[in-house]
Amino acid sequence: MAIFIDKDTRIIVQGFTGKIGTFHAQEMIDYGSNVVGGITPGKGGQTHLGRPVFNTVKEAVEQAGAEASIVFVPPAYAADSIMEAAEAGIKFCVSITDGIPTQDMMKVKIFLSKFPKEKRMVLTGPNCAGTISPGKSMLGIMPGHIYMPGNVGIVGRSGTLGYEAADQMKALGIGISTSVGIGGDPINGSSHRDILEKFEQDPETKVIVMIGEIGGPQEVEAGIFAKEHMSKPVVAYIAGLTAPKGRRMGHAGAIISSVGESAAEKVEMLQALGVTIAPTPAAMGETVAKVLAKL
Amino acid sequence: MDIHEYQAKQLLSEYGVKIAAGGLAYSPEDAVQRSREIGGHVWVVKAQIHSGARGKAGGIKVCKTHDEISEAAEALLGKRLVTHQTGPAGKQCLRLYVEAGTDIAKELYFSLLIDRAQERIVMVGSAQGGMEIEELAENNPDAIKKIYIEPAVGLQDFQARKMAFALGLNADLVPQAVKLIQGCYRAMRELDANMVEINPLVITGHGELIALDAKMSFDDNALFRRQKISELRDKTQEDPREMAAADRGLSYVGLDGDIGCMINGAGLAMATMDMIKLAGGEPANFLDVGGGASAERTEKAFRMVLQDKNVKAMLVNIFAGINRCDWIAEGVVHAVKKIDMQVPLIVRLSGTNVEEGRKIIKDSGLPIIMAETLAEAAEKAVQARNEVVARLG
Repeated sequence: MAIFIDKDTRIIVQGFTGKIGTFHAQEMIDYGSNVVGGITPGKGGQTHLGRPVFNTVKEAVEQAGAEASIVFVPPAYAADSIMEAAEAGIKFCVSITDGIPTQDMMKVKIFLSKFPKEKRMVLTGPNCAGTISPGKSMLGIMPGHIYMPGNVGIVGRSGTLGYEAADQMKALGIGISTSVGIGGDPINGSSHRDILEKFEQDPETKVIVMIGEIGGPQEVEAGIFAKEHMSKPVVAYIAGLTAPKGRRMGHAGAIISSVGESAAEKVEMLQALGVTIAPTPAAMGETVAKVLAKL
Repeated sequence: MDIHEYQAKQLLSEYGVKIAAGGLAYSPEDAVQRSREIGGHVWVVKAQIHSGARGKAGGIKVCKTHDEISEAAEALLGKRLVTHQTGPAGKQCLRLYVEAGTDIAKELYFSLLIDRAQERIVMVGSAQGGMEIEELAENNPDAIKKIYIEPAVGLQDFQARKMAFALGLNADLVPQAVKLIQGCYRAMRELDANMVEINPLVITGHGELIALDAKMSFDDNALFRRQKISELRDKTQEDPREMAAADRGLSYVGLDGDIGCMINGAGLAMATMDMIKLAGGEPANFLDVGGGASAERTEKAFRMVLQDKNVKAMLVNIFAGINRCDWIAEGVVHAVKKIDMQVPLIVRLSGTNVEEGRKIIKDSGLPIIMAETLAEAAEKAVQARNEVVARLG
């Protein structure tokens, strides 16, 4: 099962023929992802990496049955590409692009919310590493080989810290059902809470690791959801214990600007909600192992 | 990106927000000249630094004569003002804003922010102005009114009126307030601001609503389409190391500790710093070298970390995804050979081609301390730092 993508999911690449799009499209193809084509307006009808190029997402949906897309379009045009995917009927979209203006993302979120829920595209990112269902499909820029197939779901704001978690688990023989990057921007397509909801419904996922960081309210919202609506255990780590208030730590969204946004406060609130906390970033794997052992 | 008070006021006045007469000064002579142009009998000389709470730091002086203005300007120009927002190093005042004194009848608070939970702009107001909103939120949260704005339709007049009444304004001031609030909202939307804050917003003795102070902050990701705004950047107000890093495509934040860090990815960087702290050390900086860490980039990052003279040990933690450990290792070896490193270096590599990477470092013969896990890397860094400190006595 896994969530969002499996080996049959028909994938298109938006920004297909550009340098970055080409590189990662090839990596995804090599991993075994079912890439059925890509979009570059004006290059429709050509062939790239042995797959058809389309002018519009609509054509890719109609002619190649595209279901999922990955966006490598530069920041100034990315919001437009995301909305094009949503309108064309794409079900799941990953936006890798880093640097999309916040007000563009507000517009995207409003655009998405106008669709009835059953027809609404799920967006993850922007500014994320993508999603992988190990051994089945990779829709992202991560090193696929560090993920072992298994029963633990990962959701995280950071790319490399997510790799670290998967790597620690692999060393302990623990595999991943799906790993979802939601990105480091202030406004995300999907929140931690949204992804927890999907994992709760996935029979293959037994435990979920949530990797959060300073800034914004969403880890605690996810904790409340876990307490009220989830049967599966959630393990969390919150990065940024040493981050000073009011300073942006790399990610546009990683800034402590109000009460409740520091790592210590989030940890305290999550603990109170019954979430198991990995005490250090080096202990993510062993904390999951302990929780798995109790099931 | 932050801008100065006088710049925010100029921008907002173009959107119909009323401000007192004022002018910019770079010298005491300028300041006196500005006061002559403004006229009247009372002026305020205001230090222009990127920080709030300037009054408490002595950065705002009320003057009644030209001599007082000259003295105030003399005292403030070149001075480093320390507020709780600037950190202990403070920020240097190189520009003054001279403004006509305002007859204040009442101080209010008004701001527009992006609310991350609601994913829309929120209007925040209080009849109790002057103090910082965080302080007010803690002491008297009921005195704060919040109104959310639907992004698809924008701010409606009835919402602005609702805010005006919540601010306790008399009916005759409401039309002025609606104009001011709508102006601030249009500025926020049209200029890609993250925040517009007017604190205090004052009612004058003549029944006018004036922005006595104004603060605006802009979305860095949108500066590419706001040329006019990016030109307002004042680099003297920013940490020179952070600026130099940004110019090289690196993300750097200077901190107070002594273990230098170079890591790829913001989340892993924060986690590594946490790990250093848990191992008993203190990180000297946050540094994300990003995805494609080439040899040149690695060298630049090394120089960046090592120019901080507090650094007593340096930790490199790379989880190679897009890039490969052998490339990173070559970059590290190249950088160490090129730079005369005076402090111990701890390297932890993981991910793609990790064995090849470790071999390159081992074969280089350089005194680099290798670590396999995140925990081991942090422990070794703290240990190396402690040995350096012990040796220095």
